[in-house]
Amino acid sequence: MTSVQVTDLVKDYTIRSGLKRTRLRAVDHVSLELTPGRTVALVGESGSGKSTIAKILTRMERPTSGTVDVRFDDGTPVPDAAYRREVQMVFQDPFASLNPFHSIEHHIARPLRIHKRTGTKEETHRSVLDMLERVNLTPADNIAPRRPHELSGGQRQRVAIARALAPGARVLIADEPVSMLDVSIRLGVLNLLGRLQREDRLAVLYITHDLATARHFSDEIVVLYRGRVVERGPSDAVILDPHHDYTKLLALAAPDPERPGRVASDAGPVDRDAIDDGVCYDHFTGRWREAGVPAAAEERT
Amino acid sequence: MTNPKPVSGPQADTAEPPAETAPRDGGPVRSGWRMLLPTMTPWLALGLVLIGGITLFGLIGPHLVGDPGQIRDQGLTGPSAEFPLGTTQTGQDVLAQLAHATRGSLQIGFIVGVLATALSAFFGIYGAYRGRFIDEAFSLLSNVFLVIPGLPLVIVISGFVPRESRGLWTIALVLALTSWAASARVLRAQTLSVRNRDYVAAAQVSGERPWRVITVEILPNLLPVIASQFVFAVIAAILGEAGLAFIGLGASNSSTLGTMLFYAQNGFALPLGAWWWFVPPGLIIALIGMGLSLVNFSIDEIINPKLKNLRLHRKRARRAARLERELARASRRSGQAPDTDAPAAEEPTR
Repeated sequence: MTSVQVTDLVKDYTIRSGLKRTRLRAVDHVSLELTPGRTVALVGESGSGKSTIAKILTRMERPTSGTVDVRFDDGTPVPDAAYRREVQMVFQDPFASLNPFHSIEHHIARPLRIHKRTGTKEETHRSVLDMLERVNLTPADNIAPRRPHELSGGQRQRVAIARALAPGARVLIADEPVSMLDVSIRLGVLNLLGRLQREDRLAVLYITHDLATARHFSDEIVVLYRGRVVERGPSDAVILDPHHDYTKLLALAAPDPERPGRVASDAGPVDRDAIDDGVCYDHFTGRWREAGVPAAAEERT
Repeated sequence: MTNPKPVSGPQADTAEPPAETAPRDGGPVRSGWRMLLPTMTPWLALGLVLIGGITLFGLIGPHLVGDPGQIRDQGLTGPSAEFPLGTTQTGQDVLAQLAHATRGSLQIGFIVGVLATALSAFFGIYGAYRGRFIDEAFSLLSNVFLVIPGLPLVIVISGFVPRESRGLWTIALVLALTSWAASARVLRAQTLSVRNRDYVAAAQVSGERPWRVITVEILPNLLPVIASQFVFAVIAAILGEAGLAFIGLGASNSSTLGTMLFYAQNGFALPLGAWWWFVPPGLIIALIGMGLSLVNFSIDEIINPKLKNLRLHRKRARRAARLERELARASRRSGQAPDTDAPAAEEPTR
């Protein structure tokens, strides 16, 4: 079991246009904790920094400042060599995340081989079939030699999940895993993720812009706006009792069976600039604090 | 596009054909390669036959003919039973010369093709993959090589190297150095696009080493482009070498089609009307160019997105027609109408 403590993550991008350089702060002092068996949903609109956090957690980007501390259950930090084995990611677009040239077997066999989970060829082949069966892709020996274009979006995303779990990952970053899928198969993929999480006691970071699935699927919700955490708390509390203006807006956007009719008209045109991204409501402490400042800073009264 | 249902139940029979294309016995690699192979068209067949024939002639021909350098006293005779392609001014057998020259030209073409492709692949793909400083440096280098006018430089270098040391490899190296840059730019652009795809990121996240990401994840998707560039480099090298040899700057230790033309020109073959001396080498050059171009057009069908879709549509249509024929035949045999099966037959040809 492995847990992740993210503290004061900051990521700046430099934008060059001609000789001018401007700095864009994509992620501003975000702190998170991922623990085994729990799902944290990271909710926010496009450009709010969700994917940047995923990239930093999977070590595709370096943070400008802040720390990502990954530890085993006994408190020892995960060494760099084992990092890729422990922290894995499911990408958003299943049509882009599988190499069209290679078979399904290749996609799952490679992580197994890299992390030395299997030795001989037959052993690898058997493990690949086992992985495919775990993600409900049956008959596995029929699926394995196929190539991605022969599978549907849902099947591909299952392959992507199998690939992420193949190294024996304990921390799973799911970057909008169902947003590119047909509505009819979203629930199936989410339930699969939930089942695997329970079986392996995974720590999951579920990145989404959809509050409805976040509530269904996660224990804790962190709302991100313009790179800052503006609200956090247990899923039900955040969705049923939103405090921050932006979270209220998100909650209104989600369809609600108890409130029929068009929602957009009651919400009216929203003045985006009026949304205050400088404050954050924490449902755990029940208090407002300043957003975009180090976690250790004093809480606002 | 999507087929959300699992492969079982009523759809089981429609799911069979895809499984057919990926046979279980060592299938995965083969099915991957199959996508890269162009469809066999009459044009591709003609190109392959031309290239194959000329290559065979270059490989086997020199062993069947006599000494191309042997001087006889029957100069400038037309085609006859003894000399099918006549003789030169000094009585040398043109057919024998042609066989050796074809071999020499193909050799140069192949060496330059391999060298230029390797150079362009290294500078184009590696630079684009690493990005930042290395990319800038490599792309600056290929830009510099791109603006160097090729043929004049080749002439200067060939003229500068003394004749004794101007061997096959020197010429090949010079030709390769002046011809890799354009392909490197194309490969760089392609790599930049492939590198940012999710499956490359996924390979990195799962812990693949950079060289494996390049060779196993990125390179296969560039293979059609590289193959086309290789074919193009071979054509350019054979033509370039012929041009160099024609002005007397060719390799000193090998005879090529260009040197044949050079001697024909010096021996006044054209004014003397000795067509059998200059037409065969010219024709072989033209046929090599034609054959390789035909192959290249077929590769283009894979690379070019517009042509690619057209090709897939055609493939699908052919497959559907074949299935329909088979169904019709089967139903004729059993005496039933194929109506219920016909729409299902088109579905799996995706």
